[in-house]
Amino acid sequence: MPKFEVVPILELVRETPTTMTYRFRGDFGGQPGQFLMVWIPRYDELPMALSYLGAVKGITVHDYGDATHAFATFSAGDRIGIRGPYGNAFRLEGEKILAVGGGSGMASMIAAIEAFAQQGAQVVTAAGAKTAAELLFVERANASGEVHIATDDGSRGFAGFAPALAEKLVDREKFDQILTCGPERMMKAVVDLAKARRIPIQASLERYMKCGIGICDACSVDDRLICLDGPIFTADQLDGFEEFGKFRRDKSGRRIPA
Amino acid sequence: MVDLRTEIAGVQLRNPTMLASGFLDETGGSMARVYKAGAGAVVTKSIGPQPREGYPNPTIVELDAGLLNAVGLPNPGIVEYEHEVKRARKAGAVVIGSVFGKDAGEYASVAAKMASYSVQAIELNLSCPHAKGLGTEIAQDEAAVRDFTRAVKDAVSLPVFPKLSPNVQDIASFAVAAEEGGADGIVAINTVKAMAIVPELKMPFLANKFGGLSGPAIRPIGVRAVYDICEKVHIPVVGVGGVGSGRDALEYIMAGACAVQVGTAIIPKGLAVFEEITKEMASLLEEAGFGSVSEAIGVAHA
Repeated sequence: MPKFEVVPILELVRETPTTMTYRFRGDFGGQPGQFLMVWIPRYDELPMALSYLGAVKGITVHDYGDATHAFATFSAGDRIGIRGPYGNAFRLEGEKILAVGGGSGMASMIAAIEAFAQQGAQVVTAAGAKTAAELLFVERANASGEVHIATDDGSRGFAGFAPALAEKLVDREKFDQILTCGPERMMKAVVDLAKARRIPIQASLERYMKCGIGICDACSVDDRLICLDGPIFTADQLDGFEEFGKFRRDKSGRRIPA
Repeated sequence: MVDLRTEIAGVQLRNPTMLASGFLDETGGSMARVYKAGAGAVVTKSIGPQPREGYPNPTIVELDAGLLNAVGLPNPGIVEYEHEVKRARKAGAVVIGSVFGKDAGEYASVAAKMASYSVQAIELNLSCPHAKGLGTEIAQDEAAVRDFTRAVKDAVSLPVFPKLSPNVQDIASFAVAAEEGGADGIVAINTVKAMAIVPELKMPFLANKFGGLSGPAIRPIGVRAVYDICEKVHIPVVGVGGVGSGRDALEYIMAGACAVQVGTAIIPKGLAVFEEITKEMASLLEEAGFGSVSEAIGVAHA
């Protein structure tokens, strides 16, 4: 039944010039990779991955539109509506994990990196961003294992995209599993890499959402729903999708390039 | 074995459950999945002439009483939607195309286009309770219901099923108007106009402030509406509103419906709900001594 609640924001943390973390209390559990529907009163309700699990939850928001822009002006004590957590979770399979996060995709990735390192896995992170200033959660990932960095402009670490960095890493050592979250075309490249090297992979997809509970059909990819069947899919599942890496849908439901 | 097949104005269904408009029907992939899960037919999202984004979120809220929504008729537009219908049809689904517009001409032209995608029937969304100027005023005006139905009937050679609003004084008189306009069947009811407020935020939950309530709370309202309508018209009726079990479905069937639509019950039960309803209906009908669904239609009027 309804899992909606109104919570005050305890703390806002500026992570990068375009991302902000919001912390709030929530005793609803939550697994790495799951998301909340977050209502920014008077603006919008959006799906957001949990970037902190535990008693004080966190979401980390990339400022990309009117609602997230308004959200960036909120202060501690301001209230938001949350419901969830929704969706499936990253699963720890094997002992050595490569986590490939691009841009704000690290918000979801970091919850898995920390949880799986705590469970005893060896987690290597490949974190990508446009520039050094846009890198997200590098220190947190460092505390959980080895971190490699890629920036599009070469301002820090490997000059290039995260999938190319991931390829260097899988050439160098053997991984039992790859996890990825980030821009879809980046994930498509990481999934192709994983399939070519026969490494199991879990990718976390993102789509526009309305309900978050599996009825409105706004977030569908082929015949699967990101909110209910996902957001995390394996290579086998992704193979069955014609739309992965090619199409997404706008608010009206029209197919547009991913 | 109880014969579960049913028919609505010549549209043959393998069982009396249909996917209600507005649930998992924006895409062909999802409609195909629902049909494969056991629905007798799927009704498309309500499609208009142009792409429409609908209202900003929050658009949907789960309440103790049911589901409250005001999505605002988002849809990709009838041209783009061809791809989705074709995908569902290719998977073998029986597809009923739901349409809306701002006037009779738009309804007719969208319906004609929808018919050309080889759907089996047209449902008219005359009664979306929360989209301004679209549907809702039409459903409040008996003459408009008659005229719009007539306009669509003249434009297509498929069965046409107007879907009626419960937010009126006497729904049966609207069913009569639809029948006069040439309707081949009636779908009742659409959602009940409603509102929820979040005290902590001192504001309505929905961005549109009010919306339409669906789910178990509106089932008795729907059953009463279907019962009344069946007393007044001679065309088949499809019951909608709070159906989540075989027992619920039989209430509508015995009130006179020849099929039921299912939407909100998908939330707690998943897509297995269609098979569950069908199986439970079969065993209840068998216990009651019926050999088929059709024998049970309208028996509560006796």
